[in-house]
Amino acid sequence: MTTQPEQPLVDVQSLSVHFGSVAEPVRAVDGVDFQIFSGEIVALVGESGSGKSISALALAKLVPEPAGRIVGGSVRFQSLEKQKGAGSACFQGLEVLKLKSSELRKLRGARIAYIFQEPATSLNPVFTIGWQIGEAIRLHRKGVHVKQEVEKLLTSVGLPDPARAAQAYPHELSGGMQQRAMIAMALACNPDLLVADEPTTALDVTVQKQILDLLVELRKTRGLSILLITHNLGIVANVADRVYVMNNGKIVESGDTRTVLLTPQHDYTKKLLKAVPRLHKTA
Amino acid sequence: MNNLLTVEKVRVCYGELEAVRGVSLSLAAGETLGLVGESGCGKSSLGRAILALERIASGKIEFNGTVVSSLKGAALKQFRRQAQMVFQDPFGSLNPRLSVGAAIEEVLFVHGIGGSRAARRERAAALFEDVGLEPDWLSRYPHEFSGGQRQRIGIARALSLEPKLLVADEPVSALDVSVQADIIQLLKRIQRDRGLAYLFVGHDLAVVREMSNRIAVMYKGEIVETGTTDQVCDNPQHAYTQKLLSAVPDIDKAFAQ
Repeated sequence: MTTQPEQPLVDVQSLSVHFGSVAEPVRAVDGVDFQIFSGEIVALVGESGSGKSISALALAKLVPEPAGRIVGGSVRFQSLEKQKGAGSACFQGLEVLKLKSSELRKLRGARIAYIFQEPATSLNPVFTIGWQIGEAIRLHRKGVHVKQEVEKLLTSVGLPDPARAAQAYPHELSGGMQQRAMIAMALACNPDLLVADEPTTALDVTVQKQILDLLVELRKTRGLSILLITHNLGIVANVADRVYVMNNGKIVESGDTRTVLLTPQHDYTKKLLKAVPRLHKTA
Repeated sequence: MNNLLTVEKVRVCYGELEAVRGVSLSLAAGETLGLVGESGCGKSSLGRAILALERIASGKIEFNGTVVSSLKGAALKQFRRQAQMVFQDPFGSLNPRLSVGAAIEEVLFVHGIGGSRAARRERAAALFEDVGLEPDWLSRYPHEFSGGQRQRIGIARALSLEPKLLVADEPVSALDVSVQADIIQLLKRIQRDRGLAYLFVGHDLAVVREMSNRIAVMYKGEIVETGTTDQVCDNPQHAYTQKLLSAVPDIDKAFAQ
């Protein structure tokens, strides 16, 4: 799957994000290192407040300011062989945290895209799904036939009637379909990395499975790398290649999914595992 | 067996839509029945109908020997003391402008329990302690609490009238896994202490399994399978139950392959 396993797509080094006062900061992210390789699904696991979402937002310098401050570390995006037109040169070994806002705009959407837990709140209720997906294409991909591209995207995320879905308003779609539309929007500029922050927490188990299956499929068909943020170790076990366990702003354990979940070393990982409700009782 | 709750061929309709299509089930005192299904299967409508929060189109709901659907006025109020609800989103079910203490005291006041204001306050404090919250926090407002704490508040409020039945509609779905486990333990402990019966509504069979003695699987308004928790989870008969089970992202299953 990985073309250059030695060179990560994203390399995060000693990232720290503080909230609150400078004198007594809340260290939401406290010196975190992690890597995501091309075509990999990496899970960042932890509870509410562990710093996992803030770490993910920092990848595109999206930490809400001035409440939060990125106080240290680096987020390095490697350029891929994949040519993205004239802009590609400036993405060589990109240090995200040093980018100007105009450069960040090019990074966001085109290299890294996000989907969140509650699709209904991420979608604008007064515009059609097609318009919202098209917005990114109109802004970032000049010369592309918007309507066609939108329908292509909606097809690729498994919406049965893409033309109709494009004309629908968010409230006309079910939760699962809304999340598919969000994924289509995230893919509109063909990003390398999709950050999925609790993408299925608000969904039914059966719909959750469909969305997770879709993410796995997109990794295969598009070579998409996915950073999956979740508190559900069951999802991690079924989907992720590698996992980072986060607690109180620090990564306490990491490794390939099987190793971490079957032979957890850190107490916090063990505690998380114990909390997962099991379908079948094993003595 | 003497049932606390008996539901017979109940139908709930919204206009043309028949959300609950002739469901029958029963619940003994102190027992937990898990009601599992997807969004739109009618499980919440059924739960609400049982609490007389939804009008039933036909059928019969009997609680402790009285027919719920015929209750009015004082008798209905009396019924509400005995059957309470815990909601999925505790923040949405708490008034943001009311301190959580006031939210609990209000319930007691409305039902004329607790006598004086001071006595009600004392009772709220005891309830808070019982669900693992600090009585000092009664003067705080809902936004000052975490999701798990808010759910504890919701449980305290539901318990304030000392009901015999709690309908818990996805009470842990909005919570973190470890908080989920804490709330499940809390609900189990309260059941042991008070002999409460639960109708535990959920979509995640792994969670419902933790809680339930028996499970009823609901699909498109009908109950397609019922049985003991072990029967339903280990040896599902209906194709839909099998589908639900296979959708659960289970750790053991992932590594068994």
